[in-house]
Amino acid sequence: MAQTLSEQILSRAAGRPVTAGEVVTVDVDLVMMHDSLSPSIIRVLHEELGAERVWDPSRVAVVIDHVAPAASVQTAEKQAEVRRWARAQGIVNLFDVGRGISHPVLVEEGLARPGMVIVGSDSHSTAYGCVTAFGTGMGTTDIALAAATGRTWFRVPETVLVRAVGRFRPGVSAKDLALKAARILRADGATYAAVEWHGVEFLSVMERMTLATLSIEVGAKAGLVPPAGLLQAVPEWLHVAPDARYSRVLTIDLAQLEPQVSAPHTVDNVTDLGDLGRVAIDVVYLGTCTNGHYEDMAAAARILRGRRLAPGVRMLVVPASAQALQLAAEDGTLATLLAAGATIGTPGCGACIGRHMGVLAPGEVCLFTGNRNFRGRMGSPEANIYLASPEVAAATALTGYITHPQEVVEVRHVEA
Amino acid sequence: MARVWIFGPDINTDQIVPGRYAPYMLKNEDDLRKYSFVEHRPDFAGGVRPGDLIVAGNNFGCGSSREYAPLALRMVGVGAIIAPLFARIFFRNALNLGIPCFTADLTSDLRDGQEVELDLEQGRIHTDDGRTLQLPPPPAFLREVWAAGGIVPFYRQYGRFPGEAVS
Repeated sequence: MAQTLSEQILSRAAGRPVTAGEVVTVDVDLVMMHDSLSPSIIRVLHEELGAERVWDPSRVAVVIDHVAPAASVQTAEKQAEVRRWARAQGIVNLFDVGRGISHPVLVEEGLARPGMVIVGSDSHSTAYGCVTAFGTGMGTTDIALAAATGRTWFRVPETVLVRAVGRFRPGVSAKDLALKAARILRADGATYAAVEWHGVEFLSVMERMTLATLSIEVGAKAGLVPPAGLLQAVPEWLHVAPDARYSRVLTIDLAQLEPQVSAPHTVDNVTDLGDLGRVAIDVVYLGTCTNGHYEDMAAAARILRGRRLAPGVRMLVVPASAQALQLAAEDGTLATLLAAGATIGTPGCGACIGRHMGVLAPGEVCLFTGNRNFRGRMGSPEANIYLASPEVAAATALTGYITHPQEVVEVRHVEA
Repeated sequence: MARVWIFGPDINTDQIVPGRYAPYMLKNEDDLRKYSFVEHRPDFAGGVRPGDLIVAGNNFGCGSSREYAPLALRMVGVGAIIAPLFARIFFRNALNLGIPCFTADLTSDLRDGQEVELDLEQGRIHTDDGRTLQLPPPPAFLREVWAAGGIVPFYRQYGRFPGEAVS
């Protein structure tokens, strides 16, 4: 029977053919835990489950990304405890301060691969769908149990298919496609389901991660992009079956797509940028596992090249990974961003969770390339967060209000 | 009697416990109990009594994977959460911690501050104005986890996952 990508992956992991709706126990290929939840995961593993060791130290990855570098004595102390524990467990895949956000790092390191089942202590673990892995987020206890046993349970999800047709117009990118899907599906539109993103084989792996990470924002358990175009080895059993069954199909014409903006305070509160009116901003924040990749910095740099931020605007760039920062340093992207007046933070989650490195004051307005604009997410509950693409972020940094990228490109053309 | 606390739709985990109040960020992790709905509903943590019910709108618990959100609710003794739809990570976390979650929309049947009695065994709510509301029974694989008191005691007792055939 024709299976969705999730059914294919969970069938292999369960050791038998499975179908949407079944409750199955599966082997996991990789368990990811980050600094924020690792202390509690370690406690549950040892004290509650009574396990002395993780099931396979080569298949557990520990990433210090949520408060990196440490912002207080207690976070520093907890990170030190996590490092000691990882060493004692023989976990070689410990990625420390500055290596970047777990999701791009595990892809870059070749630990997240097509066809895998990956569970992470972070809701944006849907990210691994960028390499056609079944990635999903779980809490402390589920991750502790997976780390102890190498197994977990799932209800096999139905799949919502988002089918893109055509190509983006200039100034429009993967973020706009994902926000448009959130606008249609709403915050609960794929709850308990997986999302498959078809028609995007022209996107790079990290651009695919933009789609995969935003899948949780419509409630999805996983968000998978088919393997076409991947450089990684793809198992022969993993492919889109033309007659797989989908619970819902959405078609989005990229050629008609306008830049999308998600207004406070929910991700699905999306409008076309052109319908937004004039929204003045204080801070532009480019970063996160959704849009802090090399491609995102390069897209912003193309718009900012040779120009300066609008007076009174701050622009923070927090690369998603050290590798992204390295690439940006090598090809001049970084120099362009700095020359425009942006400042650079340590690769990691930055202010996305409102804990450090750029939290917002009451009344401040932030144009954010991340994935959540919940009230209080980035600091003060009296701040306003608008989500948009890196292209919109760069254009907005130049004008001080939320701006269509084509608007500033045209101005430059006239000046030339 | 239990008090009903009514919440709207799309309550996210940043509203239940903002990331800034995670145990990771606290000197004393027991302080987490003070931070349930600290910004969204500041009268909650001080006013909630063990056994009280959260009755919410659609998509309760959306957002992050932070188990300390349902943990904070367990620390203050929330007796059950009733919503038409739960975000899946929150639902799993609550199940794992042994917090009963019922899938039903009671936001227009009950009012904030109302006194009710929850009969967990029968899945019924008796209201102070004499009504009985029947809650839909959760599927068997969830009931077996509740019965054990959460996923850890369940796994330690049976050595298997919920729904898995007994070999």
